[in-house]
Amino acid sequence: MSDDIKKDRAEEPELTDQSRRSLFKTMGLGAASLAGAAALVTGSDDKAEARTTFAEFFQKNYRLMSEQEKKESVKRLETRYEEDYGRKVKVGYEPAEEGVLFGYALNIQKCIGCRRCVKACVKENNQSRHTTEIEWIRVIKLEKGQFSEAALTQGGYPGGDYGIQVGGNAYRNAGLILEGQHYYEPEKVPEKDSFYLPMQCMQCEKPPCVKVCPVRTTYRDPDGVVVIDYNWCIGCRMCMGACPYWARRFNFAHPTLPAKELNTDMHYLGNRPRVKGVVEKCHFCLQRTRKGRYTSCIEVCPVGARKFGNLLDPESEVRRILDRKRVFRLKAEFNTYPKFFYFVD
Amino acid sequence: MNNNSIVRFISTFICFGIETALYLLKGGLKFYIWCFILLSLGGLVVIGGALQGYYGFIVTGLTDQVTWGLYLANFVFLVGVAAAAVTVVFPGYVYKHKEIKKVAVLGEMLAIAAVSMCMIFILFHMGRPDRLWHIFPGIGIFNWPNSMLTWDVVALNVYLALNVVCGFYYLYKKYMGEPTNDRWYIPLVYIACVWALSIHTVTAFLMNTMPTRPMWAHSILPIKFIITAFAAGPAFIIIAFSVIRNNTDLDIPDKVFHFLSQIVVWCLGIALFLTISELVTELYPGTEHSFSLVYTIMGKHGLTMIVPFFWTAMVFMVGSFILLLNPKIRKNLTILPYICLVAFVGIWLEKGMAFVLPGFNPSPIGEFSEYTPSIVEIINCIGTWAIGLFIFTILAKGAVGVLLGDIKYKEYPDS
Repeated sequence: MSDDIKKDRAEEPELTDQSRRSLFKTMGLGAASLAGAAALVTGSDDKAEARTTFAEFFQKNYRLMSEQEKKESVKRLETRYEEDYGRKVKVGYEPAEEGVLFGYALNIQKCIGCRRCVKACVKENNQSRHTTEIEWIRVIKLEKGQFSEAALTQGGYPGGDYGIQVGGNAYRNAGLILEGQHYYEPEKVPEKDSFYLPMQCMQCEKPPCVKVCPVRTTYRDPDGVVVIDYNWCIGCRMCMGACPYWARRFNFAHPTLPAKELNTDMHYLGNRPRVKGVVEKCHFCLQRTRKGRYTSCIEVCPVGARKFGNLLDPESEVRRILDRKRVFRLKAEFNTYPKFFYFVD
Repeated sequence: MNNNSIVRFISTFICFGIETALYLLKGGLKFYIWCFILLSLGGLVVIGGALQGYYGFIVTGLTDQVTWGLYLANFVFLVGVAAAAVTVVFPGYVYKHKEIKKVAVLGEMLAIAAVSMCMIFILFHMGRPDRLWHIFPGIGIFNWPNSMLTWDVVALNVYLALNVVCGFYYLYKKYMGEPTNDRWYIPLVYIACVWALSIHTVTAFLMNTMPTRPMWAHSILPIKFIITAFAAGPAFIIIAFSVIRNNTDLDIPDKVFHFLSQIVVWCLGIALFLTISELVTELYPGTEHSFSLVYTIMGKHGLTMIVPFFWTAMVFMVGSFILLLNPKIRKNLTILPYICLVAFVGIWLEKGMAFVLPGFNPSPIGEFSEYTPSIVEIINCIGTWAIGLFIFTILAKGAVGVLLGDIKYKEYPDS
């Protein structure tokens, strides 16, 4: 199905806005009213923005765009953001580099739960903040395991008086996640008797979110990063239902992002400001990593718990960790082949 | 078919449409009041839809933890109601039950109305309904066969088309006073019967193919969905038939009610059996995967939002099952519709509120968060139900008019 589409599109890469518009007219949909609806949905009353919205409405899926179309689309976005935020921005569309497969390794022995990575990620990736907050990284606080003799008589099988051997859960294992564990707010970190497990998108090689997406707006790019075309997402949230790592976030409202906090170095599939009604998530800071830089969470980590690199390069940091350390992956039973590894020294 | 017969078909079909429309305008005070109420409630979706469209999902009660809410719950339930049209079509055409065959077209009309409601609910569920065209094959991208949602899109749309074609073709032929061309009509009806099963099965697959949500990832789900649908659907049809019998001249024999109420009672029984199987399978070993179910039936960490829905559903389902088991009560057509209403509401609570909603608790990282639908969501749901009932009222009234012979083709001398 999509191969046919790809072929069609490849044959006519010069399909202009005008011809696509007329395509819609022949379908009897009434392009103008649709654009009006689009403007209503995005909540914009600005004329220039409405024009951009109009053009964006007919834009195709990023993966199917020709080089020229990508350029036009990126130009439109730059105009829009410059009008919205009053600042000069650069929206990149660097493709995945050949021979690169990004992988991530996190040392849970070192993590102190300071959540600097969370804040740095919000700042770097132009997430909504202040009124509606979106954070891609979740640091989960785990209390160390405990043995309590008192608990031996609690919570076992019922009917102890009738000769059934019962016993409560006297040992509470570390890693038992209860409600609200990622909302911890201590004076100081690390807290006594606690350790921390940061989670974010695992960039699975076999991502369930990609499988369930009805419009292929989310897909795995050749460098292994699962990306989202925010302009193609229909907001059905199937991916959020399917993700075993709770990595995806939905824009419940128009994102609030003060102009002075805008990160002007953007990528189309990466950190450009989103719109309401679409899903977003960690993308290994594409705008940085595709230019050979580290992600912002790695740069900010004060204890060096976060490692990143090219899995195809045997000498890369992440590969050396995989070769030498005690490595595990979360929820391996889901068989999604995450490229986000946890390790201890 | 030559040119003349095509022209004749088109012109008579237009006549059929116009005469039906005129017939729909005629009605008693009760009919007008009913339609007025439905349209006023249906108008609410304009307000709710505008608020949700302008401000985004912030006006709903949904969160990143619970991302599917009331819209999807109603959608899933209504897919079942749509599928249940087969409980009148199948006996009518396959068992050749004469009395049921006469009114089977009303089941098709119900299917059309229910699928329409499903589509409105899906539009409300979408974060970007303005981008709906992205899913249209050809101009958008249709991730088939990978995405289960695309299977559902195919299943529902084809089912809608089958019911529209079968239903309106049958009515048109009645209107013309001609017999149906059974060479293609009957096979199409058979296909629609099988297809009805497919729509609810695929909707179940949509949910139980997500191992992330252990409460749904259960192979009992498709059959449970179908069984509960085959209890709720005929229950609704019994109510609708009672209303039609009491308010129009259409004679729906008692036999039809007896037949349908038997389907309701046995499907309710099997549904309860499946519920018990599920409870034992999940609760006996008591793994962490049973936490969603524990949350549903007794609450977890003091969060009990779903508990009353679950137990009300159980009381309604068990109560109506026991009452209907008694032949005296089941065959009493005065109280039967009320018991059916209880069963219908019970299954709506069981499938929508106590099954779709708690599936997201706990979240994949073990977090429990309560979802309380917002007023905007409730308004939109009430509005959509009202629109659906209005569509059904109009379709059923037109169909009854044709079946009664009130709408009938008359050959004019000059045409």
